[in-house]
Amino acid sequence: MTTTQRPTMIEFRDVHKYYGDYHALRGINATIRAGEFFSLLGPSGCGKTTLLRTIAGFEDISSGAVLIDSKHMQGVPANKRPTNMVFQSYAIFPHLTVEENVGFGLRRDPRSAAEKAMAVGEALEMVGLKGYGKRAAHALSGGQRQRVALARALILKPKVLLLDEPLSALDKKMREQMQVELIKLQRQVGITFILVTHDQEEALVMSDRIAVMFEGQIAQLADPETLYRRPNSRKVADFIGTMNFLPAQVLSENGTVEVEAAGLGRFALSADQVMGGSTGEGATVGFRPETATILFEGQTATDRESMATIEEVVYYGDMTYYDVRFDGVAAPMRLSMRNVFGRPVLDIGTRARVGWSPGALVLFR
Amino acid sequence: MDNGSSRGRFRDSEAAQGYLLISPTAVYAILMLAAPLLAVFVYSLMIDSRAGASAGFTFGNYVEVWSGRIYQAIMLRSLWVSMLVTLITVLLAYPVAYFVSFHVKPERKALWLFLITIPFWTSYLIRVFLWKVILGYNGVINSGLMSLGIIDEPLTVINYSIGSMVATLAHAYAPFAILPIFVSLEKIDRSLLEAGQDLGESKLLTFWRVTLPLSMAGVIAAVLIVFIPTIGDYVTPELIGGGKIPMIANMIEVKMLKQNDKAVGAAIAVSAMLIVTAVSLVFLLLNKRFLKGQK
Amino acid sequence: MMKSPGLKIYTIAYLVFLYAPIALLPIFAFNDSRVIAFPLAGFTTNWFVEMWNDQQLWIAFKNSMTIAVSSALFATLFGIFAARASTRYNFPGKPGIIGLIMLPLVLPEMIVSMALLVILIGIGVPLSIFTIILGHVLICTPYAVAILSSAFSSLDRSLEEAAYDLGETRASTFRLIILPLVMPGIISSLLISFTISLDEFIIAYFLGGNQTVLSVYIFGQFRFPQKVPAIMALGFVLVCISILLLTIAEYFRRRGIAKTGGKDTGGFL
Repeated sequence: MTTTQRPTMIEFRDVHKYYGDYHALRGINATIRAGEFFSLLGPSGCGKTTLLRTIAGFEDISSGAVLIDSKHMQGVPANKRPTNMVFQSYAIFPHLTVEENVGFGLRRDPRSAAEKAMAVGEALEMVGLKGYGKRAAHALSGGQRQRVALARALILKPKVLLLDEPLSALDKKMREQMQVELIKLQRQVGITFILVTHDQEEALVMSDRIAVMFEGQIAQLADPETLYRRPNSRKVADFIGTMNFLPAQVLSENGTVEVEAAGLGRFALSADQVMGGSTGEGATVGFRPETATILFEGQTATDRESMATIEEVVYYGDMTYYDVRFDGVAAPMRLSMRNVFGRPVLDIGTRARVGWSPGALVLFR
Repeated sequence: MDNGSSRGRFRDSEAAQGYLLISPTAVYAILMLAAPLLAVFVYSLMIDSRAGASAGFTFGNYVEVWSGRIYQAIMLRSLWVSMLVTLITVLLAYPVAYFVSFHVKPERKALWLFLITIPFWTSYLIRVFLWKVILGYNGVINSGLMSLGIIDEPLTVINYSIGSMVATLAHAYAPFAILPIFVSLEKIDRSLLEAGQDLGESKLLTFWRVTLPLSMAGVIAAVLIVFIPTIGDYVTPELIGGGKIPMIANMIEVKMLKQNDKAVGAAIAVSAMLIVTAVSLVFLLLNKRFLKGQK
Repeated sequence: MMKSPGLKIYTIAYLVFLYAPIALLPIFAFNDSRVIAFPLAGFTTNWFVEMWNDQQLWIAFKNSMTIAVSSALFATLFGIFAARASTRYNFPGKPGIIGLIMLPLVLPEMIVSMALLVILIGIGVPLSIFTIILGHVLICTPYAVAILSSAFSSLDRSLEEAAYDLGETRASTFRLIILPLVMPGIISSLLISFTISLDEFIIAYFLGGNQTVLSVYIFGQFRFPQKVPAIMALGFVLVCISILLLTIAEYFRRRGIAKTGGKDTGGFL
């Protein structure tokens, strides 16, 4: 499962980039391993696309180094790098056919025309567009164009495939389908995929590792589970999924950390649950909606228990979301509970016992 | 570590590339337009254009042009004619632009515009000549009306008059006026108009309070597009005016070529450009006011 | 689509007014009378024959063709440079430079002609076909720039980057990707510039020296009443050529949009 044993494919060493006075990339340090599905995730303007383009060679860096397969890329133009890119708009050449598009990068390849035609055919089959070769490129749907873009890039057997928000232009169903297909494709081809996206669900679903970026810096680089369960700052916690926050206070620290939180009482956390990265209003403790449950009659808590009042109920079919107010806390917390057949949905105003576990909490200070 | 060197980048110094690329055209424009215009300006300040710069410089030519009665008359006439032409042309053009924008199916709009602009692309000279033929003493209108028995004697008012010049010019520049008005009407968000109707406004009121103000940018563009070439027109006064109703352009020709008085001719040309610039600025400022009011 | 019969009638009447003078051309070009007046006298093709046999006319025609073709080529070439620079690059002073290039659109032709004349005579360049070409290129270039800017700006910038990413050089990218996609714009620009040059009068008149072109020739013939019907015939032919060229230009414009799957915003300018 882990990719830690694999060799390094891409390395960023203290990369900075300025656009005039604007500091777009502020000291990026990271390694991306060969064969992994890596995502750059962050809100608009965080620099993720800029970083991607420095790998491709479409942007220069102001200082630092970018290495691909241990070679410095300084001075190497985009058309000579071992990377290929799938653009956000797909950039399919509208005046060419599908097979002319896919075979475009082979123009300078010394192979014979027959071998090239075969390669194009294989590439089209790999992306599920067998038989589409003679179609005019401008007459394709969005999903089909994306596949052509993929085939066109992969046929050149690059060491790294770069994808710039490839799914953002597709509708929801198409997007979910393509997510699965991209994962399969990456496993089949085996090369490094680097994906840029602002959609955290997408990143979580597809990636081996994710670099979360804010304002030109990498906030956290980890696999999806670590990012989700142990975000290293409130900002990251907020960006990935939903998290509830309660004001908290550190009482003492030696080995374990004694914490008192509003509504939950006192409990102990281990060192790996304590992060910096608070947002300035004092320490907070966070938990994900699915890590706390409402205990029904007769159920006992597996760990700890606190009292709360139900403020809002949102029924969603397979889930019900309860906004509950813990005693002594002003703001409501959102809990999510899978609906079990036969179990009633509770009413607003009901008093409820909420079961939770200190092991699921993260402290930000 | 390395700093970005400018070799092998996809984007070389962008400014240098841009300058390099635009240089042929820009240099041509500088040599063929900027320099000649500058020369005209210099000539306008000369005392004696035949002797050239050695005879010295003066503003006297401008004094002569702005105070001379003949020059004043011609300039006023040119202003008057072009303003009249502009008014008529833009007023008549607006409903056409409105029709194509609001009452024509989107896929047909290009066709209507194409039909409207075809006459513009045919020879202006021929069109002016045709108007001469139409309005002449024995021309089409007169002979037609006479053969139909409507009049007994040819009308004289329609040839060699300011009216006929105005009619010719309005015809020539009509498509110029339609296009900018059309473009600005197209930009109007249709849901704004529907919202007005939804709230009970009459169609006329919607037009007056919403459509017209929002299309003002196009109207002002149309005004400028018609006014500027009209005031400098040469062919129509020459042919339709019979040489007896000269406008600025004819006067420039007389001075510069027939009388070889380049200095005064240049002064007239520069003065004409000043008038045109002044009028344009007035309208552009009006435009800004309208745009501001739309925020 | 709302129906407004009043406006439609008005617009059609307006179009009739626009076309009326031109419609006279075929009527009187075939009319068997030296006088352009009603009532019509019989059908004849004499005027076309007369026009065809006029040697002066052919000389003027040849000159016009030479000038129009040269002007179209150079104006389009200049237009490609300026449009590409304007849509793809940013550099200080850009609005001013573009403004200067487009200035001939808003200057009365008389002033442009006189200014050119002053300099050319001042330098001592003899007036000829060459000087007419100089003037025509000056006034056609803004149209070329407008048409080509529209063509270049509808190009997705990623297309160039994609070609580059796939291994092409900047030059081959231009040849394989950019040029084919702006070709409809180039053709339109050539045709429009050609038409403008063919019909242009003022610059040809004042900067031609003693060389005639079609428009100057026609102007000269206005003096002679007996030549008028032949002029009608010639005018008819010229208008037909202009309309033909324009229809071709429009066809290419629409084909260009279809080939790249863009949207038709309804016209050149």
